[in-house]
This record gives sequence, C-alpha cells and structure tokens, in this order.
Amino acid sequence: MTDTQAKKTVLDIQNLTVDFSTPTGTVNAVRGVNINVAAGETVAIVGESGSGKSQTMMAAMGLLASNGKTGGKVIYEDRDILGLPVRQLNRVRGKKITMIFQEPMTSLDPLYTIGRQLAEPMVVHGGLSWKAAKARALELLKLVNIPDPERKIRSFPYEMSGGQRQRVMIAMALANDPDVLIADEPTTALDVTTQAQILDLLADLQKRLGMAVIFITHDLGIVRRIADRVYVMKSGEVVETGEAKQIFDAPAHPYTRMLLDAEPTGTKAPVAADAQLLLEAQKVGVEFVLEGGLFQQSMVLKAVDDLSFSLRKGQTLGIVGESGSGKSTLGRAVLNLLPSTGRVVYNGELVTGRNRSQMRPLRRNMQLVFQDPFGSLSPRLTVGQIIAEGLVVHEPQLSAREREERTSQALEEVGLDPAVRNRYPHEFSGGQRQRIAIARTMVLKPELVVLDEPTSALDRTIQKQIVDLLRKLQLDHNLTYLFISHDLAVVRAIADTVMVMQRGKVVEAGSTRDIFEAPQSEYTRELMAAAMLTQQMASA
Amino acid sequence: MTMTTQAVSAPVKGRSLWDDAKDRLLANKAAVGSMIVLGLIAIISIVGPMLSPHPFDKVYRDYVKVPASLEAYPRADQVQPAFEALLKRARLSIDSLTETDGKITATVSSSREIDPRITRYFDRSDMFVNPSLESMSEDKKSAVLNADVNYLRFYFGTDANGRDMMTRTFIAGRVSLTIGLLATVVAISIGVVYGATSGYLGGRADQMMMRVVDILYSLPFIFFVIMLVVFFGRNFVLMFIAVGAVEWLDMARIVRGQTLTIKRQEYVQAAEAMGVPDRGILKRHIIPNTLGPVVVYMTLLVPKVILLESFLSFLGLGVQEPMTSWGVLISEGARNMQGAWWMLVFPSIFLTSTLFALNFIGDGLRDALDPKDR
Repeated sequence: MTDTQAKKTVLDIQNLTVDFSTPTGTVNAVRGVNINVAAGETVAIVGESGSGKSQTMMAAMGLLASNGKTGGKVIYEDRDILGLPVRQLNRVRGKKITMIFQEPMTSLDPLYTIGRQLAEPMVVHGGLSWKAAKARALELLKLVNIPDPERKIRSFPYEMSGGQRQRVMIAMALANDPDVLIADEPTTALDVTTQAQILDLLADLQKRLGMAVIFITHDLGIVRRIADRVYVMKSGEVVETGEAKQIFDAPAHPYTRMLLDAEPTGTKAPVAADAQLLLEAQKVGVEFVLEGGLFQQSMVLKAVDDLSFSLRKGQTLGIVGESGSGKSTLGRAVLNLLPSTGRVVYNGELVTGRNRSQMRPLRRNMQLVFQDPFGSLSPRLTVGQIIAEGLVVHEPQLSAREREERTSQALEEVGLDPAVRNRYPHEFSGGQRQRIAIARTMVLKPELVVLDEPTSALDRTIQKQIVDLLRKLQLDHNLTYLFISHDLAVVRAIADTVMVMQRGKVVEAGSTRDIFEAPQSEYTRELMAAAMLTQQMASA
Repeated sequence: MTMTTQAVSAPVKGRSLWDDAKDRLLANKAAVGSMIVLGLIAIISIVGPMLSPHPFDKVYRDYVKVPASLEAYPRADQVQPAFEALLKRARLSIDSLTETDGKITATVSSSREIDPRITRYFDRSDMFVNPSLESMSEDKKSAVLNADVNYLRFYFGTDANGRDMMTRTFIAGRVSLTIGLLATVVAISIGVVYGATSGYLGGRADQMMMRVVDILYSLPFIFFVIMLVVFFGRNFVLMFIAVGAVEWLDMARIVRGQTLTIKRQEYVQAAEAMGVPDRGILKRHIIPNTLGPVVVYMTLLVPKVILLESFLSFLGLGVQEPMTSWGVLISEGARNMQGAWWMLVFPSIFLTSTLFALNFIGDGLRDALDPKDR
C-alpha cells in the first residue's frame, strides 16, 4: 500500500462528467468521477452494465459517441488531455495510454495478417522500417506468450482462437511501451480457462513492464485476483473506493455488499429416486460436414460424439463446458432442432427422426430459453404477442381474451407486471427480457425446458434473480431442466447432476456434489481452478 | 379471481420501433416538407381536374398553343377580327359592330335571306357563346346579331391540339402517381413474399427461386414490353404488369438478403423451437423485420417507376391519347420546346418536384428507420 502511494500518479481523472444528449433529453452517464492510477498499479473499476464505467474511460480517451459532452479534467503528465484536438491527443492516445476491448473477434481486421496489423502502426507512426517493425511484432508476440509466434505472425485473425486474438490485441496495445493500459472487460467474451490465462498474462506483463493497468469489469472474481485498488461505480458515480482487500473484507457501501453477495448460493434439493423417467438420450451424435472446395476434401466435425444421459422428472442436468465443447449443439439435438444420430426418447416417445409437423405436438412440452435476451425476442412484436405465440400454435381453440389472461398469468409468474404486455422488447432491461423469454416458455406449461446459457449475458445481481426465479418455477411446476452453462457457480446452485463436456465428449459426469467437491478428471479440475476464484472468495 | 382482475387492468401502451421511427421522421425538416409537397401534388391531381372548367380532352381549335397567361382569352384585340371573320364565313356583311362588357352586337345584312341557322357558326367557335338573331327585318335580309364573348383562362397555356395544359397536367399526375404507386405495390408484394420465402426456405428451393430471378433479370426490359404490347395490345393495366414484373426482381434480392440474416436470429430459432409453422414464422417474424429497407426502397422505386412509365410513353408504348401522363406531356413538350415552352415547363415542374419529394422522403425514412447509420 505504501509503495503504491509513493509512486507517481500517471493518470488522474478529476471530477469527470459525461452527458449524452438524446432526443428524449440529456442522459448523465457519468457524474463527477475521480479516479487516479499510479505507475505499476492495477486499479479496477467495477460496476454493473449501465454504471458508466466504460464511458468514464472512453471519455478520458476522447472516444465518446458524437452526442456525448464531457466536463472535468483528465491529467496525464501534468497536462489536461480532455478535449484536446485529435492530433495532439493521438500523441498520447494509442501510444502512452492504450486500450484493449471486450470483443477480440471483431477488433482485428480479417483481411490482414497478424504481423502486418501489428507492424503497420509502428511503420506509419513510429517511423520504423518494415523489417524492424516485423521484428518488433515478433518480439511482442513472444511477450504475450503466443505459441509458435514465427508461424502465427503470418496467420490471419480467423485462424486464431479468441484467447489468442485477445493476446494479439494486448501485444498491439503494448507496442509503444504504454504508461497506462486500459482493459475494458478484456476477458468477458472468453472461456474461463482462457480468461485465467489472460489475467495471468496481464499480471505478468505489468510486473515486467511496470505500467499502470486500469481494469474495467463487472466480475468481482477478476478484481480480487488482480487489483490493488478498486473503484465501485453505480449510476455514473463512484460509490466506494479503497484497497482491494478492504473492499472485499469490509465493504462499506450497501451496493458493494450487494455485488459481493450476488453469487448464486445454495444447492438444489434432490428429487425422489423413483421419479418418472422423462428424457433419455442414447448415443446422441451430431456431425457437421464442412464442405470442401474443388481441391479440398470435405471434413466431418463431430460436434456431439455419442452422448448418453437420462433425466427424471423434476431433475436438473447441468451441462458444463467451454465454447466449442458442443453443449449448445447437444441441447438443440435433444429438442430435435438439428438432425442427429442415436435415440432421444421423451416420455416414452421417440423424438429423433421426426419431421417438423410430427414434432409439433411434442414442442409444447419441450421448450428452449436462449442466452441472449436481446436477440431472442422479436423486436417488432409486443411482449404480449411474443408470449401468446405459443398459444396460437398449440392451443388455437383459445379465444383472444383467454390468451390474454394466460399471457398475463405467465408474466405475473415471472415477476413482471401484466400491464406491460403491450410494450415492446426494446423497452426492457436485459434481466426483464430474460424474464419475458422465460414467460414465453412457461405459458405453455412445459415439462422440459432446455436453458441455453440463460444467465450468461446478465449482470451478477440479475443472474442471481433469474436463478432464483428458475428454481421457484421448477418447484411450482415440477419442471425438468437441461441447464447449459459455462458458469460453474450458477450450475452448482441449480443442478442435481452435472455433465462436463469437452470437444463433444463427456469428460466427467456425476452428482453436483461429487463433481464440485472431488473432480476426477484433469480438465474438470482445470475448469474449477479457473472459475473457482469467486467461490474461494465467497467462502473466505 | 386475481387473475381475471389483472387481465382486465388496462395494459400500458408501448412504443413500437415504428413509433420511434415516425418521431424521427417528423423531426426531419426536408422529409416533412417533401411530404407536404407530395401531398399537395396528389390532392391537386385528384381534385384539380374536377374543379377545372376545361375537360382534359376538350379541344379548343381557336386556341392552339396559346401561351400560359393569367389573363383571359380571347384578348381584346382578337375579339373583333374573329367576329368579323365568322360573319364573313356566314356570308354576312357588317353594317355596324359594337362591343361592350363582353357582349358583342352587330347589325348584319345579306343579299339573300338570312338563315337563322347561321348562329351555328358562332356556336362552333370557342370564342363566342349565346349567339342570337334579333330584330329581323321584314325582308329577312338584315338583322341584329348578339353574342357573348366566351372568356377562357389557360394558366398553363394549351397544347398543340388546343387542349388546356393545366387540366392535362393534373390528369397526367393522376396517371403517373397511380402507376407509380400501383406498380410499386405490385413489385413490392411479389418481391417481399418471393424473397422472404426463398431466403427462409434456403437450400435447393432458394437456389431454384433465385435462378429464376436471374433469368428474368437477363431479359431486356424494352424487348419484354414490346412483346407484351404486341401480344395484348396497348393497355393501361399492361403498364403495371410490365413495370411490376421487372421491378420486383430487385426487391426479391434485397428481401432475400435481409431474410438470410434474420433467420439466423435467435427469435426465429425460438419460434422454430416453439413449433411455429413456416408460414407463421415468415408472417410474424421475418417479413415485419425486413420492412425497414423495403419501405425505403419503395420511396425510391416510385420515382423509378414514374420515370420508366415516362420512358415507355416517350417511346409510344405507354399511355394512349387522350389519356396522358407526365412522361407523355414532357415528350410532347420537348418536341414543341422552341415555340411553346409552357408545354414542357409545367409538367416538368410537377414531375421533378414529385421525384425530389419522394427521394427526400426516402432519405428521411432511411435515417428514421436506421438511426445507427446516421
């Protein structure tokens, strides 16, 4: 603590305000925020979406949308860089203060090789020769621990994984020996194990290069792992600030306590052993044929490789795995939304191989909830129409009035006011939209619900509410869940049995308790180690 | 019990994306101005011909190619010579001639008996009305001839056949706007349904349907129209078919592209998982979400169709006389440009302001429907 204070403050944000003028009035996104970072220090800015944490740093970097207005000061090297003309700002921005963003998939130009994209700014701005720039690029790739950098430097972004791309982005940010590195949710789009590696890398780089890191995140687990000091933001204001240890051990502000408390807790009570067998999957497989070109052979990708499991009524099976492990594909194969091999038997009836109209009578009992609450609701329909659609299909005999009653009832059940049924999805927050998506499935009174990452796109506090809601609905209606998630904390709170998947195969399966307390396989242990950061914190 | 009370509780009215777009559009001055201009032109085209004193196909032989003017015809210096010429044709000699307040009185005489039917000469003229023979002398060889001067106003002048340009411009507006709208509606309905179906079904159906579009694309448009004219004769309805049959191809491609992105959206997958049949998915989920670009394209298609119609009429394949359209009027005007500028200028003003207005509205709509792109 004393040595960080002794160090020079490199970036000092004083009383920063950001206002956006919109057709419906001015939005005060950031209201007088003070943040400072010293050299070699890692500062985390924590808050839920909409708290203004990203806008604060965007404003400091002069990257606001055109309708944004800033006030206050951003001092870097004894100079106020806020509102500097672009040309002067560019001497600092991108060189001495650099940023990495959340989405590594879209921040690289797909048309150029990694090496070229790394070298180009050095040639254009730094005045290096192409040869020297390439050498430096290679050096940077080695610095960020990309395997086989000599080969990777000539590869295109699509040939790399998300984690590798994020490493490239970090390498790019490090090109000019920055004093401050701003990382805006750099690991949110990544898998847990990759996330842990990137965090290790950042910590390691900071130690070696001695720069200051500002880490913007909503994930307290990350904060605890890497931050020296923490700023907690809520509705455009810093509500609490202090040493990381102090924030975690003795949070002063109720909002901070709520954030810390947001971890879903508890476990599910097991169902009776003689409960009715609802779903049985035997050797389910899904293959994708990657069509070869004229001179290439077609490749067969086994997304799901001969998986078997069974589910009793009222049970929840948690399917855990990283992206690309085939867990979502499995969920869709069970619902017969994808052609699959093997046998899926639902309630004594064979599901596999039915065509769409043969499938329709079963559909009302087998529902699906998606990850992205913004994409899964049709934007031009009202909430009422969205929820009632299933009724139109499966219970056409209902009158409009009865449909409206059922819709209202479903909204009520997911904790929304039925009066909102004539509103449109874009008028709701992410959590509310996910509730609407759940109401859409509940209106048909299904037996089996496949939940495909239903909480992944939501803030922690909202996640907890949705998990509570799902549990309540399960108890009320004796629902059976197939819960697909990469988030181990959520799975632990909701599942009876857990199946860990990797590359289409089951790595480990068993009761939630067994898996979490005594993981057998190396991969499961790795997943735990990467994700358990938060759990350790909660139990500490 | 509580359930029913909730169902009855008045739901809050939500703001749809269309409502938001409407607000943004109404905030756009150019678009609102254009809508007013377009509205005025439409109203004038519909109501104008009814209010106009001249039928659109009435030929005034005495007023061929008279310039546009706010003053009435005949001019003061034309009345007497014209009257004299008529009397001469009736083989009457003029003893005296007085003109007061639009009434003209002449004492006429003839070497033979005056036939009362000579008033018909005046009836046939566009300049005089109510001719009457009075105070016929005993020998029926002299009389007093009264007639009223028929004052007519041609604000836009007259064309080469002596028809009122103003009425014709309005009537042409009806035709052009109708063709523009109807052909557009035809093109869009076919294009949206075809494109959405093709895109949604995908696979082999999509391949087949889009190849049909490609083949139709390769037909030369003019050749196609000439063929239609040869087979079915010239016909107003043929215009819609010809124009609509060509223009829906663009629409189908646009909508198919949109559909391909939309069908990957989770809400479409959600509907599939719900068991909604294909028709329902197309109708409720896909088509409403493609309508943004469709509406924009529509405002650009209307002027395109109007121009196409003008072009066809210019070639003589379009609207037939005495019906007319802006394109026909402009083509006639272009032929008479040197001597009679008004025949070109007035229809051109109407056509260009309509096209301008539609383009501005299209621009405004694009901004309103997709505020991200601004």
